[in-house]
Amino acid sequence: MTVMQHIWIVLGVLFVFLNIAAGLIWVERRLLAMWQDRLGPNRAGPLGLFIVLADTLKLFFKEDWIPPFADKWVFILAPAIVVASVLMGLAIVPFAPGIVVADLNVGLMFFLAMSSLGVYSIVLGGWASNNKYSLLGALRGASQMIAYEVFMGLSLMGVVMLSKSFNLTDIVAAQENMWFIVTQPVGFVIFFIAGLAETHRLPFDIPEAESELIAGFHSEYSGMKFGMFFIGEYLGISLISAMTVTLFFGGWLGPAFLPPVVWFFLKTFVFIGIFILMRASLPRPRYDQLIGYGWKLLLPLVLLNLLVTGAIALWLRS
Amino acid sequence: MISHLRTMWLVFIHLFKKKVTIEYPEKRVELPPRWRGRIVLTKDPDGGERCVGCYLCAAACPVDCIALQATETEEGRRYPEFFRINFSRCIFCGYCEEACPTYAIQLIPDFEMAEYKRQDLVYEKEDLLINSQGKYPGYNFYNVAGLDAGVKEKGKGKDEEKPVDVKSLLP
Amino acid sequence: MSLVFYISSFVAILATIMVITRHDPIHALLYLVASFLAIAVTFLSLGAPFAAALEVIVYAGAIIVLFIFVVMMLNLGKETANQEKGWLRLRVWLGPSILVLVLLAEMIVVLLQPQPTAMPAAVVTPREVSLSLYGEYIIAVELVGFLLMTGIVGAAHIGKHKKKNLHRYLQTYPNLN
Repeated sequence: MTVMQHIWIVLGVLFVFLNIAAGLIWVERRLLAMWQDRLGPNRAGPLGLFIVLADTLKLFFKEDWIPPFADKWVFILAPAIVVASVLMGLAIVPFAPGIVVADLNVGLMFFLAMSSLGVYSIVLGGWASNNKYSLLGALRGASQMIAYEVFMGLSLMGVVMLSKSFNLTDIVAAQENMWFIVTQPVGFVIFFIAGLAETHRLPFDIPEAESELIAGFHSEYSGMKFGMFFIGEYLGISLISAMTVTLFFGGWLGPAFLPPVVWFFLKTFVFIGIFILMRASLPRPRYDQLIGYGWKLLLPLVLLNLLVTGAIALWLRS
Repeated sequence: MISHLRTMWLVFIHLFKKKVTIEYPEKRVELPPRWRGRIVLTKDPDGGERCVGCYLCAAACPVDCIALQATETEEGRRYPEFFRINFSRCIFCGYCEEACPTYAIQLIPDFEMAEYKRQDLVYEKEDLLINSQGKYPGYNFYNVAGLDAGVKEKGKGKDEEKPVDVKSLLP
Repeated sequence: MSLVFYISSFVAILATIMVITRHDPIHALLYLVASFLAIAVTFLSLGAPFAAALEVIVYAGAIIVLFIFVVMMLNLGKETANQEKGWLRLRVWLGPSILVLVLLAEMIVVLLQPQPTAMPAAVVTPREVSLSLYGEYIIAVELVGFLLMTGIVGAAHIGKHKKKNLHRYLQTYPNLN
């Protein structure tokens, strides 16, 4: 692959995913409204699509305020981390045969590494704001994300066992005959729940929990700094959806009447829709329930899944 | 787990339900006739002002948004010299309508009163007076009042007794 | 690749120096994160992508977050920063620095010996890592497993507290029930 091709792929992935993230502002509001028997934003432009532009313009022109009591540089650093880490995570997602930014042989580990760096945005943002609600949100976010990172990593190991590779292109290729959702249903469920907790989306939006903590870790943020958290959340949803599709739903694989990229994005959008559906339908658990649920239910379950997968893989080989 | 999936399915079904949103500027809201909206001053069937400047509405108003000054014509008919309602204060509680003895002040089903300047929300008498009898057609306070204000003479009203002749000793 | 190695090593050293000299604990920890990331890149340039990923996941992603978590809980403010400033006097750091400089000089002398060894360019795949972990070093892995198990049991023991379902009235008058 030439350097120019590489640059084009990087730019293409950036363009597509930043646009998806921005478009999700509209998609989420419309879908949430539909599920609540409302119509949602439908005034600005065709189908209300220009609400995305309006929201972006609004965020750009808001006063970019840094509180005098905040730790200035850490305060500025925090929103950059969330977007940067998620975009880095997107680098290893194979969209179609050959269309991948970095075809690393430790791709899955890289994804886990980047999602674990995402914790810093919450922790530092909450701490630098020097506000008690932000700090509480940051504490909750840190413990939640560290806990669920463990299950996320462990739930993916079953997939690694079956495909015998950390490389995502190989993992997709290994699903040629059978998607891993069939062989790894428990892994899929746990990965999805952990992904929900990692992106701190509802129902696991405990770090921001607006009814308890104002807006949690980003209470003090305004303007485009808040916009970064906002867009980072949507990018996180897209990333987790894309990873779910890649790891469990055969990535770009699908009947030949549509090109592979289209299959990939169709599947991804289904999962983005499920993310939004969960926001529309499920209530937020209490903080200790979430952590207890993780350590007491998901951890034994994921270890059991790993054990059974390994045993069956060994049995099949012998 | 099953209950969560069931919840999600039930919420998903709502995608195909009828929406409750009324797309306002194109479709109008059906307002009931007793809706408490913009305040108006109504007129008699013969076109005179109903308001007699009794100040009861101003007294009843919990937010003190009504200001008026009563005065009289040569015939002895009272009317407000000015009548001012500050709609940026008004809470549309309808107490003024309840207090009004002459059915002059009425709340009508209209809420489209947005203005760009706050000062424009202060309505004067010219803005408030409408050329209509409002909810009580045919009612004229001076027809049932015992006062001669140019509408009818004293004692000429329906079911009204003749005025007592204080100079006579007859019962 | 060796240029990447030198740049990232330099960044790691610089970041570590910054860790030592910061007064604010959170800033120090942030530099520590930068140092770990630089070390991860060093691993990568030496052909050990698996170790690099683990470095980021385990050290930068989990352990330092826990450090920051604890520092946040302690709520160290201006006073601690001033205290740190007081501790970092010349006579405190001069001694250790001289000793370390001696070691550094020794290391430079050793490095300058004419034994040109090329940097290993072979990439260590996750497969090799796991084969050596569960083949050659199986005893070490098992022992680490024991150690972690002890840690977990200890944490569970500390975290456990007896459940009291008694109403507080019954707690003050235990004869009643």
